Parts: sequence; C-alpha cells; structure tokens
Amino acid sequence: MTEQEIVIYVDGRAIAVRPGTAVAAAMLAHGMPNRISRSGQPRAALCGMGICYECRAAVNGVAHQRTCMLACTPGMEIATQ
Amino acid sequence: MSDIKATRDGTLQTTACDVLVIGAGPAGMCAATEAAASGARVLVIDENAGAGGQIWRETRAGAAHARSARARFGIRRFAASGARLQAQTRVLDAGDGWLTAWDEAAGGSILVRYRAIVLATGARELFLPFPGWTLPGVYGAGGLQALAKSGLPVKGLRVVVAGSGPLLLAVADYLQRAGANLQGVFEQASLRRMLPFTRHVMADPGKLLQGAGYGWSTRRSRLRTGCWPVAAHGAEVLEAVTMTDGKRRWTIACNALACGFHLVPNTELARLLGCDLHTLDAARALQTDPQACVEVDGWGRTTVEGVFCAGEPTGIAGLDAAEAAGTLAGSAAAAYAGFDSTSSTNTAPPVAQRRYARLLKQQERHKTFARALQRAFALRVELRQLCAPETIVCRCEDVTFAELHSLRGSREAKLQTRCGMGPCQGRVCGPATQVLFGWRPGSVRPPLAPAPVSALLAVPEATASR
Amino acid sequence: MKQTSGISDANADVVIVGAGIVGVACARAFALAGLRTLVVEQSIVGGGATAAGMGHIVVMDDSAAQWNLTRYARELWIDLKSQLPAAGEYREIGTLWVAADAEEMGEVERKQQFLADHGVDGTVLCARELHIAEPALRRGLAGALLVPQDAVLYPPAAAEALLCMAEAEGARRVYARAVAASHGQVLLDEGAILHAPVLVLATGTALELLPPGPETAGLVRKRKGHLLITDRYPGLVNHQIVELGYLKSAHASTADSVACNIQPRATGQLLIGSSRQFGDDDETIRPELLTSMMERAIAYMPALAGLSSVRLWTGFRAATRDKLPLIGPAQLPGEDCSLYLATGHEGLGITTSLATAELLVDQVLGRTSAIPREPYLPGRFQANAQQAAYD
Repeated sequence: MTEQEIVIYVDGRAIAVRPGTAVAAAMLAHGMPNRISRSGQPRAALCGMGICYECRAAVNGVAHQRTCMLACTPGMEIATQ
Repeated sequence: MSDIKATRDGTLQTTACDVLVIGAGPAGMCAATEAAASGARVLVIDENAGAGGQIWRETRAGAAHARSARARFGIRRFAASGARLQAQTRVLDAGDGWLTAWDEAAGGSILVRYRAIVLATGARELFLPFPGWTLPGVYGAGGLQALAKSGLPVKGLRVVVAGSGPLLLAVADYLQRAGANLQGVFEQASLRRMLPFTRHVMADPGKLLQGAGYGWSTRRSRLRTGCWPVAAHGAEVLEAVTMTDGKRRWTIACNALACGFHLVPNTELARLLGCDLHTLDAARALQTDPQACVEVDGWGRTTVEGVFCAGEPTGIAGLDAAEAAGTLAGSAAAAYAGFDSTSSTNTAPPVAQRRYARLLKQQERHKTFARALQRAFALRVELRQLCAPETIVCRCEDVTFAELHSLRGSREAKLQTRCGMGPCQGRVCGPATQVLFGWRPGSVRPPLAPAPVSALLAVPEATASR
Repeated sequence: MKQTSGISDANADVVIVGAGIVGVACARAFALAGLRTLVVEQSIVGGGATAAGMGHIVVMDDSAAQWNLTRYARELWIDLKSQLPAAGEYREIGTLWVAADAEEMGEVERKQQFLADHGVDGTVLCARELHIAEPALRRGLAGALLVPQDAVLYPPAAAEALLCMAEAEGARRVYARAVAASHGQVLLDEGAILHAPVLVLATGTALELLPPGPETAGLVRKRKGHLLITDRYPGLVNHQIVELGYLKSAHASTADSVACNIQPRATGQLLIGSSRQFGDDDETIRPELLTSMMERAIAYMPALAGLSSVRLWTGFRAATRDKLPLIGPAQLPGEDCSLYLATGHEGLGITTSLATAELLVDQVLGRTSAIPREPYLPGRFQANAQQAAYD
C-alpha cells in the first residue's frame, strides 16, 4: 500500500485502493465479482452509471447499494450479496 | 431559498424553487445556468456525486486524463451561476408542481415545489443479450469508460469494443489513451449505412474536429464495420469473444468487452409527468422503438404545460445539441416561471434575441443530425437472433430467453417470470425485449428508483394534487 | 370483424369468462369432471386482482361460513401442492397472528381453542417464543398464534399452472373479450359466439356482462388495496405475519383502514400490505394510505423503514355486502338458467378459489358438497332468497 492508498474490506479481505475510487471499480480491479445472481452466477457492473444494479452489494451493513456510484472510504466494509 | 421542515422522524426536507432541473449533465447545466441568469431560483437534482453527467463524468484520482477544457468550462460556469446542486439524489415521484426525491448522502427525503421543470435526464446504453453477456468482464461501452474514470485500471487490459454508435469510437479513443490493449473496434452497422453519417459529420464544422480526432484513433484501433458479437466465453470471467461479420466467425482472447448498442433516451420521468413521446423516424412504430423520445418544440416545451425537456431524452443528438437545447429550455422555463428578462419575448435585448435565434436555427440542424444518427446506427436484424434458449435476458431476475420468447407482452412476462420486476425496474431488459420481441414498454409508476421505505412515508400531503 | 384469437363459433359444456385464480380453478374442476371447458380471458391470466394479491392461503374463523370455505379450500391446496410447479412458489410457512397486548392475546387463545375444536393445528406463542420465531418483530408484543399449515404462493404463476392443468384435461383458453354472456351464449368482441349450457362469470369486479338493474347494482364493489415489495432480504422474516387487528380492518364496512401484513417471498423479498378503501376506483397510489399502511407495518417491524423498496402497486378486491363470495346460479330476473357467478371473494380469492370451483361444479352436476352452499348463493340478495335455500 502506497501513501496515497486506503484500505477497504470486501467479504473480510483487505484491499488497498486509491481514495475516491468507486467501490465497484475497486472490487473488479482485484478480480472480485460484485454480486452473485439469483441463479448463482458471479456478476459485475455492466453500465457503470447506476442503471443496471448489477454492482449492488451491502456497504457498511446497508444492503443493495450501487457500488459503481459509491466512492471508497477508509475502513469501508463491503459484503457481496 | 430552502425551508427545512422535518416530519415525524426528521428526514424530510421541503424546498421550493422557480425552475427545477433534473440532471446535471451538459443539457441540465446549460438550462440551469440560463435560467439562473434571469434571476430565477434554480435547483438541480442529480444522482451522481457531482455535475457533469455521463459524458463529463468526474475522473477519480489515478484514472486516465482529466476532463476536457470544454467540460471544465461548462462545470465552472454552472458552479458560478447561482443555481443550487442537490447531488446524490434520485427522483422518486413527481406531479404538477411537485417532486419527491431521496437524498442518499443525507439519508432523507426531499420534497421540491417548482414552477417550471426541465428534464435533462440524458440517455443510457442499449444492451442486447447474447450468450455469455452476463460474465464479469463484459461491460457496456460507456460502462467500461465510466468505470475506468471511476478508478478501474485499464492499462494493459486486452479489450474488445463492440456494439454500435459513435460512443464506441469515443470509448476506444479513451481506452487507448489510458493504455489499454485494444483488440479491435467492431460496429454492427455496415459501412454503407454509416457513410451518409460520416458525410454528415464532415458537413458540420463543429463535428469535423471531433470526427478528425476519432478518425485518427480509429485508424490506430482498426475500426471494422458490419461486425457484431455472437458470444462471450469464460468460466468465471470473460476470456474471449467470438465476433462475426455475417459470414465468418473468429474468436479474440480478451479480458474485457466494452459492448453497447447505441443509446436510448431516459424518458421515465417525462412519461410519469404525462409528456407525449414520438419517434424521430416516421417509419418506426412508437411502441417498438427503444429510441422513442419526448416530443418538444424548439424551446423544449413538452406536451405538458410547465414541463420542459432538453438533450438526449428529446432525441439522441450529441453534446452540441444538448447544450443548445438546454440553454433554450432554461430560458423558456424561466420565462414560464415569470422571469423573462432574457427570454425569447420581444422585451429581450436584441443581443439575446439573436443568440436564441441562432440556437433555434441550430436545433433544426441537430434534429436532422439526430435522424441521420438513428438511421446510420439502426440495429440489424441479426442482433435479435443472438440468444440461445438459456441466454439470460432479465439480469436482475435471471429470466432466460426460453422463458420469454413465447409470451405475449411485457406485462405477461412481468407476472409470469418476473422479468422487469427487479431493481433496475426494466431499464436494461425493457429496451432489450422491445428489440427482441417488439414488446411495448410497461407504464411508468413511482417510485422511479428503489428507495428506502422511509423515503416513501414522508410526503403525503404534498402529493394530494395528483 | 377481424378475428384475432382465431376462434370461430364453438360449442362447449361450460364457458368461463375470466382467467383469474377463481376462473382457472373452476376451469380445472370442470375439466376434471369431464366437461368440455372454454376459458375466455381478455388480457392476461391472473392479471387482475390475482396479480395484486398477497397469495396467502389462510384459514379464517371470523364466521362459520368463512371458516367452512377457507378450511375446505386450504385442504384442497394441501392436496394440490405437490402438483404445482416451482414457479408457483407454494411454501407452507404458516401464519403468525400477532397480538400486541393482553386483550389481543385473549383473542389468540380463543382462536387456538377454536382451531383445536375443529381439528386444525395452531400453537400459542408467548412473547419470548414469538421473538425466537420472528426476531425482526419489535420487542414488547404479547405473543402470537402460529397456524403452521397456512401457506403462501405466487398467484399469477399458480393461476397459469391451474389453467395448464385444465388444458391437460382438454380445456381450452381463448384470449378475447366477452361482450355479452346470457342464455347459453357468450359473444366475443371479434364476433364469434360460444355456446354452452353453463356460463360462469369469474370476472372479479367487472360485472358489466350482467344485465343492469337493482339486482346487480352494488352486487360487487371494488375495495382498493395497496402493496409494497422490497428488495431481497433473505432470512429476515420467516412466516406470513398478520396483526390481529387485520380482522377489524377487513370488516370495517366503509372506513378506509390498514393492517400490518408482512410476507416473505421465496426470493427473500418482503411483500407488505394491507389497506382497504371503498369508493376509489383509480389505480393511483394514495400516498396517505400508503404511509398509513407502512407506518403500521413499521410499528410491528421497525427494520422495515430502512429496507429498499422496489415497487408499489394497487389492486381491487371484489367485495360483496356480507363479505362472502358469490358462488352459484346468478338468479337474476330474466330466468337465465345458464348463468353462474364465481366472484366477490374480497381478500380471500386465492385461498378459496379451489373450494369455489368445487362448490360450483357440485351445483352444476347436482353433487352434494363438502360444506353447506347456502351462504354463498348469489340469490341470497334477491327478494326470493328462500328459493335459493332449497337448491
């Protein structure tokens, strides 16, 4: 982790990201899907602009957040749904 | 300007304005700036964290090159205009003179009373299903660009850009400059269809510069026309894409597919407010055209009094059209709200009148451009036949093509399969099923976006007028 | 006239107008009984009140007639459940009748005794047990009655499934609008005429096919309801939760009322109701009623306030004057012996659809019924109600 980076937690795993990075981008950069679909498929953001809801995850305990519209903050906890 | 009033649990903010603008993209910012210049109290609502819309999306630290000079100017001008921006706020419901929204940042509802409203809600990409399109690594074209601007590293990423529309070139250009390893740019429209469009671009001096910029990079990125994706492959993530030109097929190894089939206008709020839609092309039927747009006159007046619309929702026509339309609509909205010092009326100073006359004349050219755009990038019939029976069409609810293709319409699909009942509220699968099956989109109902239950509780007395 | 459904004149033993849950249940029962059955639907199977309902299969003890009908119907559902496809989402999650205070707890005890006397399972839960059963409910509730064999299902899919079962027995569906139905003939908007000695109107609140007059005016009224569905929260709620005050709401004859009704769907989404209004024929959401309904639900389950709400809608229950459905010969002036009614089920259409079907087929074929039929006869509202009692 460089000086400009912050740490967030995705399903318990710590990852280092630049502050201001969208959560969805951070997850994808580390090879993590954003969510699991109704039939069990891994999914990631499609539209990148809050329309498709494929990027939704629970953030700091609140479910169904669109992670492409959320910037990472230090200590943020994300749980894939 | 705003009077804060709390309800039972303190989460409601009530505010009033003269001109309410929905969307802080180029059209919205121009409308707001223009309306504010006349002295009207202007409030702008946008879902994103800052102004700029999609085309001028803020780039995060570490992302590739910053916004253009034009973007910076537009945003600075807006910031200095006196209009107030209510960011991270999504519209839930609206009626005559009122609108409710959910402020994500504050965690509370907002009720806005307005005299005039300008809808500058922009457009979204049209996504069409094909085998493998749900794999992580398959993005929209604008989608990948948006994510890259939001901090997704793309340097060295093997990416294929496919689908349709001028957006592909813009995205390819951006990705290349960001250091991505572009494996090709594939436009489904044939060269023959696109040629009149390129001539059109050449005819417009403003666009010529843009066109030249694209031309340069497309030579580098090897744009190919008449090609489209037939399948995306991979176990858990995208590993390869198979393309076709209608005769041959070939497979390209890649980590990312940026694929979108041009744009559809965001007309939900306009429809909720009762505005009429129309098609730009008389040959298209209103109910099967995903690009059906809000009917407006040169000043952006819709078929509902006090409701104005500007930019992509009135027809996909690009940045110049959006800014011009925004300016005109902002002026007309301010005039409607009683602030007509700079409006089109005879009392306006000659300089202003000439300016508006020029913009109105430009609108004609923009309309022609919009039609040319639509014709050039019309979707070929093969795109309706890409699905395998198990291809997912509704991504929110994992409804497959097999479950849908014999149903009679979108409502039947909703009830029997839940297609369109997920959180995207049919914004992805709606246009797709319109193209695939010719289903008329369902009616628009509030809430326009998912919102916490408490957001719905706050504003009963305001909405009694509907 | 343009033929859209491709149907030409046809003969059948019974024509059912309306493919809501009641209509398709009747279609299945008639088809199983060997009658040539035609179902006419102007829009979508299960697209009316069926699509707006909660899909709650519940036994109700508020009157003898209601008890007989719902209990009989629930048994039929239990017998049928293994034949329902997965899309019907039939789940025996049970009903929790929640008591907010000691007085309501007394009602819980009484209900449990009633159920026991009638051979139906019911368990009284104290406050602590209720909290274990439903941790999301607020503290301070007195307890509840758990009726474990009550169930929930997804009505539009269940309706489609019932119609498919009918078709497997030879029934046919016709997508067309009936413009007239009397004396053994149903005229479709495209011009085709369907002939059958038995015509069944299962059209919910739409009774325009009946001859206008004092007998039909007000036979069935629209009782509007609101619903809200959330995004997915699997595991948050385990049973169909209904407050005991629901019964007061259902029986309020004219006032607008709300009651707490929370259902976990198979997807983990929560379906929340309920509200009742007369005199509002508009399908627009009424914000004050929605607010009132949600506040009531939040009062029982505070966590609801923060859940993501995805969709709101309204629906119209078909309500009769005495809260019991119309099942049997229409008995209207004009001596039309062919016309039968199967409507007016108010908030119990899903539950009682199967029993309605059996009672109707019984009457047509002259079979004895498992329960007394008199309370549901349409003729009970006529001056010659005594005649109906001798059927």
